[in-house]
Amino acid sequence: MALLRVEDLHKRYGHEEVLKGVTLAQDAGETKVVIGPSGTGKSTLLRCINRLTEPDRGRVWLEDTEITSRQTDINRVRAKIGFVFQDFNLFTHLTALDNVRLGLVRVRRMPRAAATGRAMAELERVGLAAKADAYPAQLSGGQQQRVSIARALAMDPRLILFDEPTSALDPELIGEVLSVMIQLARDGMTMIVVTHEMGFARSVADEIVFMEGGVIVEQGPPDKMFRSPEVPRTGEFLRKISELYGESQ
Amino acid sequence: MDLSVWTQVAPHVPVLLRGFVVNIQLLLGLISLGLAVGVVTALVEVYAPRPVGIAASAYTWFFRGVPEIVLLFLFYFGLSQFGIPVSAFFAAVLALGLRSSAYQAQIFRGAFQSIPHGQMMAARALGLGRLRSIVYVVLPQALRLSLAGWSNEFSSVLKDTTLAWGIGVVEVMRQASYIRARNFTLTLPIYVTVALMFLVLTYVGNLAIGLAERRLRVPGLEGQR
Amino acid sequence: MNLVFDPAWLPRLGQGVSLTMQLTVYCMGLGAALGAALGLVRVYGGGRWSPLYWLASVYIHFFRGTPLLVQLLGIYLGLPTVGILVGPFLAGLLAMTLNTAAYQAEYFRGAIQSVKSGQMMAARAVGMTRTQAIRHVIMPQALRLIIPPWSNELIYMLKYSSIVSMTALRPETMDLFGTARSIATRNFRYFEVYILVALFYLAMVLILTVALRWVERRVRIPGLGTPSRGV
Repeated sequence: MALLRVEDLHKRYGHEEVLKGVTLAQDAGETKVVIGPSGTGKSTLLRCINRLTEPDRGRVWLEDTEITSRQTDINRVRAKIGFVFQDFNLFTHLTALDNVRLGLVRVRRMPRAAATGRAMAELERVGLAAKADAYPAQLSGGQQQRVSIARALAMDPRLILFDEPTSALDPELIGEVLSVMIQLARDGMTMIVVTHEMGFARSVADEIVFMEGGVIVEQGPPDKMFRSPEVPRTGEFLRKISELYGESQ
Repeated sequence: MDLSVWTQVAPHVPVLLRGFVVNIQLLLGLISLGLAVGVVTALVEVYAPRPVGIAASAYTWFFRGVPEIVLLFLFYFGLSQFGIPVSAFFAAVLALGLRSSAYQAQIFRGAFQSIPHGQMMAARALGLGRLRSIVYVVLPQALRLSLAGWSNEFSSVLKDTTLAWGIGVVEVMRQASYIRARNFTLTLPIYVTVALMFLVLTYVGNLAIGLAERRLRVPGLEGQR
Repeated sequence: MNLVFDPAWLPRLGQGVSLTMQLTVYCMGLGAALGAALGLVRVYGGGRWSPLYWLASVYIHFFRGTPLLVQLLGIYLGLPTVGILVGPFLAGLLAMTLNTAAYQAEYFRGAIQSVKSGQMMAARAVGMTRTQAIRHVIMPQALRLIIPPWSNELIYMLKYSSIVSMTALRPETMDLFGTARSIATRNFRYFEVYILVALFYLAMVLILTVALRWVERRVRIPGLGTPSRGV
């Protein structure tokens, strides 16, 4: 059974329909990279999966739980899905350690000592154990984003959603975040990443999804998408983006 | 002017202080009431469904627009007229406390609204329910951002406690009037002394709040001024 | 529990409104003049240790840090003991003026200091003296920046004018609240009169708020100051 199933998602903002019927499926361990021009609903798609934005129509399943059902306890579902924001959104009033630990203590109800151990382990994993007592304002953008990834990892999620994780970063800080994400993908984490980083897509994506105009135009393995896409528009877009953003990593 | 009057004030200072203690009790009562009701009102204005939020806004509008002395007389005499006899002190805590809650609600509401929406989103994304997200993520930040405005409110209501004299509370102004009744030449020195008491307490209070602010300070959460 | 309202109260309350408005307008006008002077002294008065600055600072700290009621009774009851007789209305006006001047001084100081320092530099570079620069460049901008806090202060003073009858209940202190007290005690209709008067004050505050916002919009200069945070 697929880990995640998205069926015919629609979302409208005012007069504009941003998602016009998106369907996809994802298996455990798979890394999908979603690309496309700005404003074509990629971020909205991610936020609809964990209902941070409520879809107008369509259904989403995580394993055998229907996320979009009114009966489902959305908080329990969200505890199983990690979300990494473009703007990091670290809790300003908490240290890095507290940020990572909060979910464990308040959502998973772990005893404090165990939670601290687990949180420190995740901070180590992203290379920031030394900054455990720093506040977000004292960290660089790249460090904040890595803490934000640790925060998501601490919850032991089935799936992590990355919403343009490096778009708000200075160029020289992008690398440290991508390294962490590449390692996660290689360790078998199920991930959906919305990004412009083509180098990343090429090296770790199991599938690239190209969205435009609120629908999926084409999807397939990176080799196929880059070398012989079925839809000309796909090739056009990929070429343009590769020129602009280069192949970092 | 006979300068010796100023030294004649000294024996009356303990009596004045006893009255001043009543002002302080009034202050503590009303500001706690104001804090409790103010936080709830601000939360309601920001997070509750519209009709409830509008009712809360109407409440703050009323208590911010009516003069303190009118509120004092309204509560004290009004309640007895309805057959609910209350002490002047209780009426004062109620009237001034609810008024303070309206001002504090405004301060907290501004703080809530200045916290980026991303904070709430990140909390919900972790699986925290709405209420718990507010308690663990929004409130701690809002309280820090409110400190500056709140210390202004503190100074303001401390001075307003003198108005309770108008409905008969035996606080420092009443003690001053008793002393004056016995020796009117002491009037100016007595009132200057009372004024100084307030100056000192305001200074001490602001110092204490400044200390609290420093202890709670988190880099990245600078207060609004 | 039956509430009784007597329409005969209204004309008397109306006269009370008139006195309230007079008190408020006079004290704000006089207070603005004194406050502006104090504010200017605090900004341009020769630095933190000059006697003028020090005097202004002491004044401001005293009148901001002590209750208005103490100031009022100190003037009304205290001045006669040193030979200066003041009637209750005058005492009220004096206390309110001295009090608001202290607050307004700080608002003026804040507004003047918000005007970008480059403005003064540019004015001097053109050849203006400091006084000319203040008059023609700084103040026109500061006066616009001061509208929001000044509007707040006006509303405050309107509300605080209600304490003037605490000196004595006499014809010259029959402001809106004084009139209310008189009517209420005579008819034993406390709740009715006071709630009515509360509504009168709310109405006045509302009208003033709207009027002040209109003024602010009319004198607004694009690029100067942040949008008002509301009165």
